[in-house]
Amino acid sequence: METIFDISKSGRQSTFFPYLDWLSEDPESELDNGLIRSGKPGLPEVTQPDLVRHYVRLSKLNYGVDDGLYPLGSCTMKHNPKPNEDIARIEEFQGHHPLASYDLVQGNLRLSYELGQLLKKISGMDAITLQPSAGAHGELTGMLMIRKYHHENGQLDKRNKILLPDSSHGTNPASAAVAGFEAIEVKSNDQGTVDIDGLKEVADENTAGIMLTVPNTLGIFEKDILEVASIVHDVGGLCYFDGANLNAFLGKVKPGDLGMDITHFNLHKTFSTPHGGGGPGSGPVAVKENLEPYLPVPIVEKNNEEYQFGYDRPKSIGRVNSFPGAFGVLVKAYCYILALGDEGLKRVSENAVLNANYLKEKLQKVYTLAYKGSCKHEFVLNGGGLGEGVKTIDIAKRLLDYGYHPPTVYFPLIVQEALMIEPTETETKETLDSFFQAMVSIAQEAADDPELLHNAPTETPVGRLNETQAARNPILRWTNSGQS
Amino acid sequence: MDFIPNTDEDKREMLEEIGVDSIAELFSDIPSEVQVQGELIGEEGRTELELKNEVGSLAKENAKPGDRVNFIGAGLYDHFIPSVVSHVTGRSEFYSAYTPYQAEISQGTLTWMFEYQTAISELTGMDIANSSLYDGGSAAAEAVLMAQEYTGNRSVVVANTLNPAYREVIETYLPDPDDSVIQLPDNNGTIDTNALERTVSSNDDLAALVLQSPNYFGLIEDLRGLKEKVNDGFLIVSSNPISLGLLEPPGQFGADIVVGEGQPLGNPISFGGPLLGLFATRKEYLRYLPGRVSGKTTDGEGNEGFVMALQTREQHIRRERATSNICTNQALNALAATVYLSALGPAGFSRLAEINWQVSHYLARKLVEIDNVQLTWEKPFFNEFVITIGNDPERIWKSMKQEGIDLLHPKHLKHMGLDRNLMLAVTEKIRKEDMDHFAELLEREL
Repeated sequence: METIFDISKSGRQSTFFPYLDWLSEDPESELDNGLIRSGKPGLPEVTQPDLVRHYVRLSKLNYGVDDGLYPLGSCTMKHNPKPNEDIARIEEFQGHHPLASYDLVQGNLRLSYELGQLLKKISGMDAITLQPSAGAHGELTGMLMIRKYHHENGQLDKRNKILLPDSSHGTNPASAAVAGFEAIEVKSNDQGTVDIDGLKEVADENTAGIMLTVPNTLGIFEKDILEVASIVHDVGGLCYFDGANLNAFLGKVKPGDLGMDITHFNLHKTFSTPHGGGGPGSGPVAVKENLEPYLPVPIVEKNNEEYQFGYDRPKSIGRVNSFPGAFGVLVKAYCYILALGDEGLKRVSENAVLNANYLKEKLQKVYTLAYKGSCKHEFVLNGGGLGEGVKTIDIAKRLLDYGYHPPTVYFPLIVQEALMIEPTETETKETLDSFFQAMVSIAQEAADDPELLHNAPTETPVGRLNETQAARNPILRWTNSGQS
Repeated sequence: MDFIPNTDEDKREMLEEIGVDSIAELFSDIPSEVQVQGELIGEEGRTELELKNEVGSLAKENAKPGDRVNFIGAGLYDHFIPSVVSHVTGRSEFYSAYTPYQAEISQGTLTWMFEYQTAISELTGMDIANSSLYDGGSAAAEAVLMAQEYTGNRSVVVANTLNPAYREVIETYLPDPDDSVIQLPDNNGTIDTNALERTVSSNDDLAALVLQSPNYFGLIEDLRGLKEKVNDGFLIVSSNPISLGLLEPPGQFGADIVVGEGQPLGNPISFGGPLLGLFATRKEYLRYLPGRVSGKTTDGEGNEGFVMALQTREQHIRRERATSNICTNQALNALAATVYLSALGPAGFSRLAEINWQVSHYLARKLVEIDNVQLTWEKPFFNEFVITIGNDPERIWKSMKQEGIDLLHPKHLKHMGLDRNLMLAVTEKIRKEDMDHFAELLEREL
């Protein structure tokens, strides 16, 4: 794969800076020689046309949601509305420094404040921070607030455990651990939901809280969630709601009405801001009133009709970012919510769930469904057993040849050979039908010609890449010789 | 306006296939007593035209940045961004993709990640870089966590010349009282190396020293000999990447981890985000690295390609034993940085750093000609500096604002006991006439 370094040639350049005859200052006359860079950094040397062609070529090796169906479970790969991209780039939004005088940035502050109000209404919570940069960052923020809450109540010494269903996102236990908690697994029952008896066994006076993903990573709504909340509350713990799957019940139910104390939002999932090939995201965290004092500083505040960042919060956990948050992402989420309005937001979850159940109903005729029953926005299949030696990875790679992005594979961990499918509400019935046909053909191929699947993909720019080799002999940067 | 294609006919057919009568039935697993009744947010939807009019007028409640002169830095810097950057990041094959889990259809993302890792390694003088963290502050906090994990020690010495917001993020990430965060005092604006020696010699639990160069006040810290002074602790250096076009990179002075705010590399300030956390380190710490990396490998026929390497460090596999909880990162901002650095190349990048030095020194020279204005510290600085004025800085801040000139509010210096001071950042975007005008106004005010 050709990199920009491979096409570099000494003497080429794309961007130049002017010579300014009024400048005579010379760094070398003031700075100790030992502190001046001895050799120029090894950056590529390319002209603008080479540069553009290189990245246009790379872009064509990619697959985005604008290219087609992206049923990546747990990731909510829905359409990214184009107006929002343009609006976020308005100079008056984008051109300001976060430390500018408040009177110069009232529009930005008001937008942030109003987005916070909307998210509070959607989640049924009382207070919010827009600062965290991503879902996992929101989780960490929430865990640190739980920690602070128990600390203020003089109970932190004994409350060192966070309960986590075995179906939880990988970030959940990782975030709990970064915040200094011990992660305690709670088993799922045969319906894929939290096992209430199992929960009662582990919930005790050492419980700091629980992290719940709803619907869980099997796409199943935790029907006993009110009971889960009261079990945890009864032992003195708090309930953290991983909002990554909010697309499943947007406008239908609010985490705040389910006994939850804290929730985060993935604006880059539910609220349609692009994933950017891995980021940036935004992970606002909303809380009930009793946790409000612990929110990170600063908070966007409204005093009379003026907006400002509020820093005077003595019980705050502190900052989680150097600056107040991913404003560019907030603009897009705000536009999305306003464009849809009440009815549009409800149609999101209705159609996300309709599309998922439709696809599930069709696919379960050919594939094994991991858990029976109605799903919400996603569902999990077992991709094994269709042909000799055929595994989920083979199905996923064969889907590439059919021109689709595959579902999430091998997650959740509690399902063997998992294929986790989330179609989202922005896909047409025709697209779902075509995807179903591809999955049927692949199942047939698995039985008739398993080698075809083992050798997939064959239609992509590269064949199946060797991840073990990349781990054993890590080459993580370009060098002249091609070695790291 | 919504983005949902299902027609009534589609819905009927789909419900029939599922075997239920209504969409409401699909939500029957949610207890009815908690289902939302009535309005949700009390808003009706907007058409695109309405949305653009409405949100566009909200934008106009802000000042127009192009009409003002901005001397605010403090970690984020307003640099010129060539058009080619947004033309590349605006390609939806890049921005509408997810994390490159499926390598065979993500070679675009994985290739630029590899390029980015190379460019950041080069700038910082380090062996390897990850493909981004959230921002400079959280990158510094992740660096501290990595140092603790590797050394098995807990206490962290943080220079008081580090951006105070970064120190606060580090403290947030270290809520345990055993993780003592020790402030290292300054000596005339740069770290006090004698105090460092005393701190280190009285501490047998040192995980890391964290400092910044150019530091919060723009001054260049002398990194020579610091690695030897911290013994087995990590030397963690935060740098403004633009300065590395001119300054010897921290990797040359034995830094164990280099972090920084990558926003100046082709990303708008955007009211504080999304930003770009830089993170580079040495090969021997690879297995402790937080975040995603792209690595080179081959397919079955020997064709070269890239994959997300070393995923066993990450949360989706390692769960509570992962090196970090990070999942979503700042990919598109890192792509912008990659394109930006490629557009400038070594010559353009070095020249940019030189201009930033020159324009800031031009302004400093103009200002110290004014009675009652001195450089607070007569030490080398890069593109930002602190002056002492014989007057109330808040009054100056206010009157300059009336004139269309934005200064960092003096409260951002008070934690250092600086109450007669102003801090000014200058980039290549500031015009000579605006600096001259500012100098005239300041002279008149003082």
